[in-house]
Amino acid sequence: MIYVTIILSAIFVNNILLSQFLGICPFMGVSKKIDTAIGMGGAVTFVMVLATIVTFLIQKYALEPFGIGYLQTITFILVIASLVQLVEIILKKVSPALYQALGVFLPLITTNCAILGVAILTIQKDFNLLESVVFAVSSAIGFALALVLFAGIREHLDLMNVPKGMKGTPIALVTAGILALAFMGFAGVV
Amino acid sequence: MAKKESTFPNMLITLLVITFASATSLGYVYELTKEPIAQAKLNKKIEAIKQVVPTFDNNPNDEMYEVAMDNGFILELYPAKMQDSLVGTAVKTFTKNGFSGEIWLMVGFTPDGSIIDVSVLEHKETPGLGTKMAEPTFKDQFKIKNPTSYKLSVKKDGGDVDAITAATISSRAFCDAVDRAHKALLKGDNQ
Amino acid sequence: MQNLTKGFFKENAVFVLLLGLCPTLAVTSSAVNGLGMGLATTFVLIMSNMAISLIKDLIPDKVRIPSFIVVIASFVTIVDLSMSAYSPDLHAALGIFIPLIVVNCIVLGRAEAYASKNNVFNSLIDGLSIGLGFAFALTLLGSIRELLGAGAIFGINIPIFPVDQSNAPITMLMFILAPGGFIVLGYLIALINKIRNV
Repeated sequence: MIYVTIILSAIFVNNILLSQFLGICPFMGVSKKIDTAIGMGGAVTFVMVLATIVTFLIQKYALEPFGIGYLQTITFILVIASLVQLVEIILKKVSPALYQALGVFLPLITTNCAILGVAILTIQKDFNLLESVVFAVSSAIGFALALVLFAGIREHLDLMNVPKGMKGTPIALVTAGILALAFMGFAGVV
Repeated sequence: MAKKESTFPNMLITLLVITFASATSLGYVYELTKEPIAQAKLNKKIEAIKQVVPTFDNNPNDEMYEVAMDNGFILELYPAKMQDSLVGTAVKTFTKNGFSGEIWLMVGFTPDGSIIDVSVLEHKETPGLGTKMAEPTFKDQFKIKNPTSYKLSVKKDGGDVDAITAATISSRAFCDAVDRAHKALLKGDNQ
Repeated sequence: MQNLTKGFFKENAVFVLLLGLCPTLAVTSSAVNGLGMGLATTFVLIMSNMAISLIKDLIPDKVRIPSFIVVIASFVTIVDLSMSAYSPDLHAALGIFIPLIVVNCIVLGRAEAYASKNNVFNSLIDGLSIGLGFAFALTLLGSIRELLGAGAIFGINIPIFPVDQSNAPITMLMFILAPGGFIVLGYLIALINKIRNV
């Protein structure tokens, strides 16, 4: 039951993009086409789950036993940065096809605050390892869902006659606002 | 000075030096701020205790005792005394049922178990909706009520509490936390 | 001089370059939070800019980015610890977004684009300018959202809304919730585009 709650809440109610505001940069940057949005969503899911597992283990077996929790930020960001590099190198060797699909998005992920955000949130929420993984997966799905939905809207928006000053980012932000409003409707679910 | 070459030893040494320097300075800052951080937390707690119990002249923080609840949670109880007689007990309580995460409250009880006042320590509820639980309009209805006769659940669930409009979940969670505090108080008395 | 003012308007990180949008949207539910976040980021920007321009010649090119990240993360942790010691309420309000200054593209962006190529003094001015511009943007956004959503600015009531029976103003709550952040920022950028193009 607790897993169902975590999943529903991470995907819909506390959607990482539309209500937690984590990962807005790629949300605005790569949401012009559905294809790229799917690629980015996939890359984020992959790295987010890996990063959450690794940072969780580091927190529990390195930072906490030695009482150096204040090094959390610095350790996590270094781990995430190296992990992204590592994933890139391994993917290139092992699965060129997957690398083709996700490769260009990987470097962008290091500075995606959603990854670091979810890693820190799982520690703050005091999840165990399994709950952390479930939380990371559903947060990533929520991210991908919002990204793809938004890309779909933006593709249509391109064909619309938007006032000159509102073209580009402003109308995208207002659209995102309305999408966020729609997601607020999930509030009563959990 | 010429830019350093990107040779392996150079890179290794640079990174080692930088991480070492940063870890050392952070350790120093941590030692420096440890005391003030603990002090700030303590002050906040004492403030909250003062708000929910009558004037006292002891140090409730030193006389704190813990009560373990059935489901493994441990609550902290702070007895407030005036000239060595108990005037009230502040219970630090929480709930996991908040709309977004945990809610921590400090609930003050008279020695006979009626609620004196409630103070909200920490929460992440929706601004403008759930946050209203910290306002007198909502939390003052708990004053001078004794939970043995006053049903601590919202009217929608058959209780006596008026929920905050559009924030029933937060209101329910608030009741849950207060109820837990009351149970801990009763259990503490029996021990 | 131009170096000092560029961050406010011409190269404003939020309104023009669209960087650092996560904290911009997340913490601006009130003017105070916006200002606090802005100043915290300014401090990190100034310090990391200075430190990086000091050590730029000692760092081999290939490990540039990781070194910068370590420097930035250190200053972020210093801010995090100091705030929780001396301003616990603001620390609680900003929450997870303080450690997340690390991944704020503005900070790493300035380190890479400016501090690693310029001297210490210029880097300091650059950090100050971009940082205050960011703080200005956040405070402006926070003020507008607080005004529309809670009928106040910096906690001071501004009676622009009708009141209900219990004398509480009937405000547009949506503006301090998530959607309001997107919408207010969208219209602000549109307004600034308009001004810039005139």
